[in-house]
Amino acid sequence: MRKAIQRVFAVSVLAGAVAYGVAAQAADAIKIGIAGPMTGANAAYGEQFWRGAQQAAADINAAGGINGKQIELVKGDDACEPKQAVAVANRLVDQDKVDAIVGHFCSSSTIPASEIYAEAGKLQITPASTNPKVTERKIPTIFRTCGRDDQQGVVAADFILDKLKAKKVAVIHDKDTYGQGLADAMKAAASSKGVKEVLYEGLTRGEKDFNALATKIKASGADAVYFGGLYAEAGILVRQLREQGVNAPFISGDGIVSADMVTAAGGPQFVKGVYMTFGADPRAIPAGKEVVEKFRKAGYEPEGYTMYSYASVQAIADAMKATKSTDGVTLAKWLKAHTVQTVMGPKAWDAKGDLKVSDYVMYQWDDKGGYAELK
Amino acid sequence: MDWHILGQQLVNGLTLGSIYGLIAIGYTMVYGIIGMINFAHGDVYMISAYLTAISLAVLSAFGVESVPFAIVVTLGLTMFITGVYGWSIERVAYRPLRGSTRLAPLISAIGISLLLQNYVQVAQGARNQGIPSLIDGVFRVGNDKDFVQMTHVQLLIVIASFGAMAGLTWLIQRTSLGRQCRATQQDRHMAEILGINTDRIISTVFVIGAAMAAIAGTLVTLNYGSFDFFVGFVTGIKAFTAAVLGGIGSLPGAMLGGILLGLFESLFSGFVNTDYKDVFSFSVLVLVLIFRPSGLLGRPEVEKV
Repeated sequence: MRKAIQRVFAVSVLAGAVAYGVAAQAADAIKIGIAGPMTGANAAYGEQFWRGAQQAAADINAAGGINGKQIELVKGDDACEPKQAVAVANRLVDQDKVDAIVGHFCSSSTIPASEIYAEAGKLQITPASTNPKVTERKIPTIFRTCGRDDQQGVVAADFILDKLKAKKVAVIHDKDTYGQGLADAMKAAASSKGVKEVLYEGLTRGEKDFNALATKIKASGADAVYFGGLYAEAGILVRQLREQGVNAPFISGDGIVSADMVTAAGGPQFVKGVYMTFGADPRAIPAGKEVVEKFRKAGYEPEGYTMYSYASVQAIADAMKATKSTDGVTLAKWLKAHTVQTVMGPKAWDAKGDLKVSDYVMYQWDDKGGYAELK
Repeated sequence: MDWHILGQQLVNGLTLGSIYGLIAIGYTMVYGIIGMINFAHGDVYMISAYLTAISLAVLSAFGVESVPFAIVVTLGLTMFITGVYGWSIERVAYRPLRGSTRLAPLISAIGISLLLQNYVQVAQGARNQGIPSLIDGVFRVGNDKDFVQMTHVQLLIVIASFGAMAGLTWLIQRTSLGRQCRATQQDRHMAEILGINTDRIISTVFVIGAAMAAIAGTLVTLNYGSFDFFVGFVTGIKAFTAAVLGGIGSLPGAMLGGILLGLFESLFSGFVNTDYKDVFSFSVLVLVLIFRPSGLLGRPEVEKV
């Protein structure tokens, strides 16, 4: 028994030494944690984050790094699970000793993780979490490079009521912070214009059979279906609606901006005609043309949040260059006072950490599995 | 209430329930013979979904155009390969632990479940995978606006579940293999003394269970069109619940439990509230277990003295 304890002790000392060695060696690099769903059903978004950040770090490093230091990225996988997000946040702060964080993806992960970053005084920029609560909790060091669901919901509601002229809207969500928050924002915007939803229901993430819900939507006689959630469930729901002969327009938010929407639905014929709100296509912004070319040359299409992630790393780098500091509060103060030139054009933040200008527009999926801005 | 809405919800529930039932049969088979839960069963189902997609892709690469032929070959192939998985799981996670405490193989089966999930995640990627819809046909009753429909795939699932249940019941009740299975279940030592190779019987049961998961995996993948490495978990838990509801160890019980669970879910979701459907289904399970601890069709365990 004693021998076993000794052995365990020896191993842990060794592990400690290794960890210390890594930390010591990395002291002359700027470490940025990239946190998001690298695995799990939403891994497509994690990949967008990682690719975008990787390219940004490579480009900044090639141009001399930040004040002579190279950027080093650390991957953090939260699988879009709040509990895991907290664990990852602790690891990034305590073990990897990152200087700033880009992430997380799901609002339900970003919110609990942000408490840990705030406590450690680290700057956090989320490229994708759109739930209003992310920046409404008086945390000084949190920012986002995307819009907010209350802005997104209004754009969707205007479109549904004015363009589609829908009278009976079914509102479906996935019971998650992001999905339900977005659905609620749309619902509130619609009812302020005098249209009350005919159905308001939450489905369960991870399930594959929403036929009962599809029949219920059909029975409600809805002439538009709004869904707050992510592509894995959106794809299946829209397929089962179409299979049951419900052809009402299907509208969702930026949670379905991925080619995986088509895979989840099992074919572009089901996704055809689906509407979604998303920021003006980051690939079409002139400032990012060169970077988009670089991605495409490497065989990767920088869709969804790739450019948002790139821009987040740029903002961190610019703030660090200007302030010559890695302290979260100092960086945050600088970001709130200055405009940063990013691959998505100039970006400026208000006192909460929200973008001063958000640019949600409506997109529509075509029959080939692609999507384009609706003119 | 409109008749077609009720009818459609019944069809939805029946299909979903048949899927649960088909997977529940695998749980119940293994429990019936060795009295242990195979927690890796849901993941064998997940593996068969991937095998289905791979097999269909290979067949189409070879220029096979006939859909029924492709499906039959795919079914055969996935049943064979998942059968090998079932055999290996028994060899790795159950046989070495035979004779140890009842909890040990339970934990090792959970270990296998995690191993399979993570292996597939690493080898195949964590993203959603999809297959094109191969069978498009649909039966409709009613007029153009109000109708009850059942797609051909859904019908196929219902038929396959009942067929599998009937076939296995026949196998267990009427064949020599079935007699050996029942003997093994009643008293393994006695069966061994009487010349039954109980190790082989248990392996066979695992292979049959895995083959059932393969049928479910192929048909369900054709029905929903998409899957990922995690599908085995939710479906596996629901199917396990169905097996317990119907009486674990009983084949007709697994089917009955599955269909009841499916109907509860879709009727509650359709007429009351989708948010609370799982709360409702599991409350029913708790109630049933309070009044009938061995499930609806399960035999109460008699303490042998």
